[in-house]
Amino acid sequence: MIPIEYYFVISTLMLFIGVYGFITRPNMLAMLMSLELILNAVNINFAVFNRYLYADQLEGMFFSLFSIGIAAAETAVAIAIIINVFRHEKKIETNEVKNLKY
Amino acid sequence: MNYLDNILAMRAELLVVAQIIFLIIYDLFAPKTAGKTIDFVSCALFLVITAVGFIPQADVEAFGGMYLSSPITEIMKSALNIGVILMFLQSKMWLNSEQIAHKRAEVYILVLSTLLGMYLMISSGHFLIFYIGLEMASLPLAALIAYNKYSYNSVEAGVKYILMAAFSSGLLLFGISLLYGSSGGAGLYFESVRALAIPSSLTLLGLVFFLAGMAFKISLVPFHLWTADVYQGAPTNITAFLSVVSKSAAAFALMLVLFKVFPALFDYWEYVVYALIVASITIGNLFAMRQKNMKRFLAYSSISQAGYLLLGMLAGTAFGMTSAVYYVLVYTVANLGIFAIVSEIENRTGKTEISDYNGLYKTNPYLSVGMMLFLFSLAGIPPFAGFFSKFFVFAAAVEKEYYGLVFIALINTVLSLYYYLLVVKAMFIGNDKITAIARLKTNGYTKTALFIALAGTLLLGLLSCIFAYIEDFSFGLM
Repeated sequence: MIPIEYYFVISTLMLFIGVYGFITRPNMLAMLMSLELILNAVNINFAVFNRYLYADQLEGMFFSLFSIGIAAAETAVAIAIIINVFRHEKKIETNEVKNLKY
Repeated sequence: MNYLDNILAMRAELLVVAQIIFLIIYDLFAPKTAGKTIDFVSCALFLVITAVGFIPQADVEAFGGMYLSSPITEIMKSALNIGVILMFLQSKMWLNSEQIAHKRAEVYILVLSTLLGMYLMISSGHFLIFYIGLEMASLPLAALIAYNKYSYNSVEAGVKYILMAAFSSGLLLFGISLLYGSSGGAGLYFESVRALAIPSSLTLLGLVFFLAGMAFKISLVPFHLWTADVYQGAPTNITAFLSVVSKSAAAFALMLVLFKVFPALFDYWEYVVYALIVASITIGNLFAMRQKNMKRFLAYSSISQAGYLLLGMLAGTAFGMTSAVYYVLVYTVANLGIFAIVSEIENRTGKTEISDYNGLYKTNPYLSVGMMLFLFSLAGIPPFAGFFSKFFVFAAAVEKEYYGLVFIALINTVLSLYYYLLVVKAMFIGNDKITAIARLKTNGYTKTALFIALAGTLLLGLLSCIFAYIEDFSFGLM
């Protein structure tokens, strides 16, 4: 069996790649993809903890199911608003979203 | 407990769900001529819910401990209810404007859905319910912020909010997943996590991520960068909702989780909360001074107010919790009073700069005096409720010997007086005959909201029974 640490290396890497991508990507859809990476890192964590540590119950699996569902809802709302940005500016680059500052 | 008993135990949530369903059906089937009655119907129904919330309820535990309700959570929900009813009353003007009027029912429905999420967040007994409540509270809010579809500012604020909210809840969820690893197989019930919340590195990392996620929601200082932009861009009535109800719900939920789940880690989160308070109060104040726009100014003022609110939480005693809840109550009435006037002026004239308020006293004496009283209450000047709430929060912190922190907070109170008085100065002394805002005639709904807010600001501090009532039910670190 693969040692449990291997999974955590993967999930932590995914989390921080997601954070890095969220900060650096110039495109809003790419930012959303980075968010998905973060949420999937969480799902891996839940599934692995459940499978390795508490194999007799399913709470972690349930949690990741709910988190997948909520992530989908989040993406739907975010994309709806991003489409609205596109209607105004014809662009979805983050440097275009600069009306509100100071 | 059978299934029906479990569901009936969720009194507040059931009532809100009932109103949401009723409003959806009403909006679909009411005749076109009855379109305008929806304001009255939703305000009246919500008033009933608020009134029912004041009826005391005993401790309830439903769904095997996933849902916990106690008198103190009922009081917190009532505080949120008061904020929502004031926001409903003052948004009639905005809802009657041309671009919004045809979709006004959705505003009520979305606001009530966020409120439902906040209820779940406050009375959760399990991290799953907590997380679902948190998301239910932030997703409809993003839709509301981007509600003025044709205004680019509103859309921009919406996209900033939804991206930051999703990012912060991702971090929070990562924290919860680490807590799950250290929970020892008994699941993510608050009880079972508390039993095993020993200072191991896994638990501490989980706590840090959790705190970061919640601090985004309350917009405490290293995590506040979205606040001013979103507050400025959102429709003003939604800004009012965001700065009062959404913020205080997240603060309540954070307080309950810290008190219920992590008392054993107090030595660790004490420092984090300490640093967050110092940073929020100071930086919120310093940035508020240089703002020219009223809504941005109120955003930074709300950041520093959230810092004061956390002082009560840091004390970790029953008195600290009482003072924090009381602080929210007082902050709600004062801030929503200000927003009633700001939104009225913005919806009539489109002006939001502080300099636009020059000479407001000449044209609108009543509004200016009301605004002055609310600003004094926020700044903490004695006869008003704001003084007492700040006093109790400081007293709670002094009781636990945080002298340095209270000293910093006191200096900041004096600083905050400067920028609150800038607005008062603009209204009373500033003289600008040409561009002064013309005389406004507020409608009945806004007037009612202003009177309720004014009564709250004047009376909450003088009626000591309210503080004593909250204190009966509060608890400290368990």
